Amino acid sequence: MCAKKVTQKPGEVPTTGHSWDGIEEYDNPMPRWWVWVFYATIVWGIGYSIAYPAWPLISGATPGVLGASTRADVAAEIKRFDDANSAIKQALVDADLTTVSANPELMSFAQNAGAAVFRTNCSTCHGSGAAGVAAGGYPNLLDDDWLWGGDIESIHTTITHGIRNTTHPEARYSEMPKFGVDGLLEPQQISEVVEYVLQISGQEHDATLAAAGQTVYLDNCSACHGEAGEGDINQGAPNLSDAIWLYGGSRDDVTYTVVNARFGVMPGWNDKLTEDEIRAVALYVHSRGGGQ
Amino acid sequence: MAFLDKHKAIETHATLLLVLSLLVVSIGGLVQIVPLFYLENTIEEVDGVRPYTPLELAGRDIYIREGCYGCHSQMIRPMRDEVERYGHYSLAAESMYDHPFQWGSKRTGPDLARVGGRYSDEWHQDHFMNAKSVVPESVMPPYGFLFDRVIDGRYIQDVVETHALVGVPYTSDMIENARADFLAQVDPNGDSSGLQSRYGAAAIPNGRDVNVRNFDGQPQLTEADALIAYMQVLGTMVDFSTFIPDASR
Repeated sequence: MCAKKVTQKPGEVPTTGHSWDGIEEYDNPMPRWWVWVFYATIVWGIGYSIAYPAWPLISGATPGVLGASTRADVAAEIKRFDDANSAIKQALVDADLTTVSANPELMSFAQNAGAAVFRTNCSTCHGSGAAGVAAGGYPNLLDDDWLWGGDIESIHTTITHGIRNTTHPEARYSEMPKFGVDGLLEPQQISEVVEYVLQISGQEHDATLAAAGQTVYLDNCSACHGEAGEGDINQGAPNLSDAIWLYGGSRDDVTYTVVNARFGVMPGWNDKLTEDEIRAVALYVHSRGGGQ
Repeated sequence: MAFLDKHKAIETHATLLLVLSLLVVSIGGLVQIVPLFYLENTIEEVDGVRPYTPLELAGRDIYIREGCYGCHSQMIRPMRDEVERYGHYSLAAESMYDHPFQWGSKRTGPDLARVGGRYSDEWHQDHFMNAKSVVPESVMPPYGFLFDRVIDGRYIQDVVETHALVGVPYTSDMIENARADFLAQVDPNGDSSGLQSRYGAAAIPNGRDVNVRNFDGQPQLTEADALIAYMQVLGTMVDFSTFIPDASR
């Protein structure tokens, strides 16, 4: 295959001696700087594997002489912040929630810490501005209409244990009957009671049906929602006489609610948040405008 | 040079070159991979981690099918900001029954390693139907069709068996009852004692009971049931009150 050997001219770099189809390869030396950098990386690599965890042995890897550990690092960093805040966090845990607002320093801490907790954990359902999702079943926390109580202790309890979840035994619980699905009311009675609910909430309604609906209401609904539809925070029964609706207040929405019932669930947070975080976010929510 | 002469023999024999290259590359691979299989501290021992229930396994398959891992990671890194936001950093033990694991590498959406129990089933229903209805700034596409796709667990026993084949410790009892457990988990009024005895608190040291609920809020069993059941168990298995991190990791 090699046709002829190319002769080397004076002053020319020698070839490697390989020859393929007459093509030969110059044997240029590697640049000196490159060679030294290469040797330096080898030395660095050996040093690095001594300093940091590297070589696998029988039951674990060599720990490295610097004792580097990402887990220890993160634990130390978290501890640094915990220590910096531990005094005020403890003060928050020990404080009487009803009087925290009188302590500007504690209140300021709770507001900022609570806002952070809220944005991370609560905003997904209740919205980043705490306005909930209108007619979506996620309550607005800015208004003064509370399902389970709007005083600071009630809010604290709700956040701690949640509502109607299956994981927290002390979660708030109540269950509206499925008046339509379970056949507790006749379709005609449902139409009547819906008109009555529209009437007490000040909406356009059919007066004849509403009049008949009052009886249905008093027999079936008033035990939880109150004689005048004022609701009951002990049972999480919404006020039906105002303009605030958790699942929508139109004729169709109310009918759907009576027929199928609603069963809004909120997770409990005492297994994910610490007591000081729960207290902070309770104070934050309480101070949004609707706190009682 | 003598060395270069021998080298020529390799360079001029394609097969020999191929075999020797393979040998060199595999040494590099083996040195990195093999220790992970035998080192005892690769997967730390923690209480509470159990194999997925058949329904959760089906949900996991839907998660993979829909490519959720493209936008969601399941890996909370050991950094303060991540721990503050998502919870305790992920442990290797938490994905030891994942074949393949769903760590992901991209967060268009948030990390899901500890999403279990953070939101209600209703929230997941609304969110899968239309994520913007609950999170206006979300760019997640709607997955409403999951609520129309009825599943019956016809092949779930094969799925569980396959996972047993690759090393997940499903017992013969679990495999035999795969379909029964699959159906029991979405029936809150039915008898779920069998499911709990295999996967619940009684079966796993420091374990928790399996969530038994109608996850999608519809009478029929759909893909949404399975996916929400999977969401609700993510990151909830380990009891961190008993976990002591090994400093050398």
